[in-house]
Amino acid sequence: MKIVIASGKGGTGKTTLSVNLATALAGVTTTGLLDCDVEEPNCHLYVKPAFAPTEPVGTPIPVVDEELCTGCGLCARACEFNALLALPGVPLLLPELCHNCGVCAYVCPEKAISEVDREVGMLGAGEVHGMYFRWGLLHVGEARSTPLVRAVKDLTDAPALHTVIIDAPPGVACPAVEAMRGADFAVLVTEPTPFGLHDLRLAVETARQLAMPCGVVINRVGIGDSRVHDYCAQEDLPILLEIPDDRRIAEACSRGEVFAAVDGAFADKLRVFASDLEARVQRAVTR
Amino acid sequence: MKVAITAAGPELSSPVDQRFGRARYLLVVDVPERTLEAVDNTAGMNAAQGAGIQAAQNVIDNKATALITGHCGPKAFRALKAANIDVYLASGGTVAEAIDQFEAGKLEQTSSADVDSHW
Repeated sequence: MKIVIASGKGGTGKTTLSVNLATALAGVTTTGLLDCDVEEPNCHLYVKPAFAPTEPVGTPIPVVDEELCTGCGLCARACEFNALLALPGVPLLLPELCHNCGVCAYVCPEKAISEVDREVGMLGAGEVHGMYFRWGLLHVGEARSTPLVRAVKDLTDAPALHTVIIDAPPGVACPAVEAMRGADFAVLVTEPTPFGLHDLRLAVETARQLAMPCGVVINRVGIGDSRVHDYCAQEDLPILLEIPDDRRIAEACSRGEVFAAVDGAFADKLRVFASDLEARVQRAVTR
Repeated sequence: MKVAITAAGPELSSPVDQRFGRARYLLVVDVPERTLEAVDNTAGMNAAQGAGIQAAQNVIDNKATALITGHCGPKAFRALKAANIDVYLASGGTVAEAIDQFEAGKLEQTSSADVDSHW
């Protein structure tokens, strides 16, 4: 099963839950952890892989053959993203605006446009502590992270995995949607605060638009108020897990430790949580 | 010559729009005759991205050889430079006043973007 750990709000504990869950399952079943927050990855701070992201990941951009180009400008007119400027000679490309949709090459009557890869970031993958870990790091200044998120999620070269845990970037914009896409279940992590509730609503709407079954994990229970609980009851959203506002968890996090690796009770709780998820995925499939 | 000016309205008495890519109108003015064509830039105002590129395309398509605007970001400047369009900065006033200053040689021509992207 593929589980995406997402949230509208940043800092609710997506990574904490992802690395703890992956650690709790690592000895039990074949487990993959994909850090899709390629703009600010931090799973590696906890799982501590020996490998850095060194494999270049590119995204195709158009290249114009000056011999063939007649300067008709059709490519620039067709570009939905204003990445091409029609000039009297060959068009000017603004690569950072290109969404590599390929329409320019498609409409070019002279077949003067081909596509080449432009490097946008680096990918790392391998075994660590009994799990398969994959992460990406976007180059500084890149505006679009989705191609790299897709590369982190590409498991073509990965071993067979029973459970795949996807740590999504915060928010509900393109990078988060790209991370969520194709998962069997969305686990939405929130905290019981007004901010947490506001952004949880957005995350729930996103999961629903993706027609993805979802449930809620409330982190740091004990702070804030009861409105997140009320909202979940109202919306018929299952509360999958509640993690107390426990200083020991925060201390482990601040030391770069995985709490589930040192606290057997917490690890057990996460394994029960994973079984529950599996049952929910099964039910969603048969429905 | 044709000069393109970003404007909040479609007339010579309209204020200069300080934005380039997301200006309300692009006025293409014949200098010195002062006949003008107003190009609606609603598409640029609402563009998800690349508004400056789209506006530069408008300047190029209307055969203007100079642009007067409030501020110009790096991508728009790159586009205008590629088309050999001179960029002049006007800090306020009406379109007519900006053209007066342009004709009197009192407008500052910029050799680079004067603001960051999405300023």
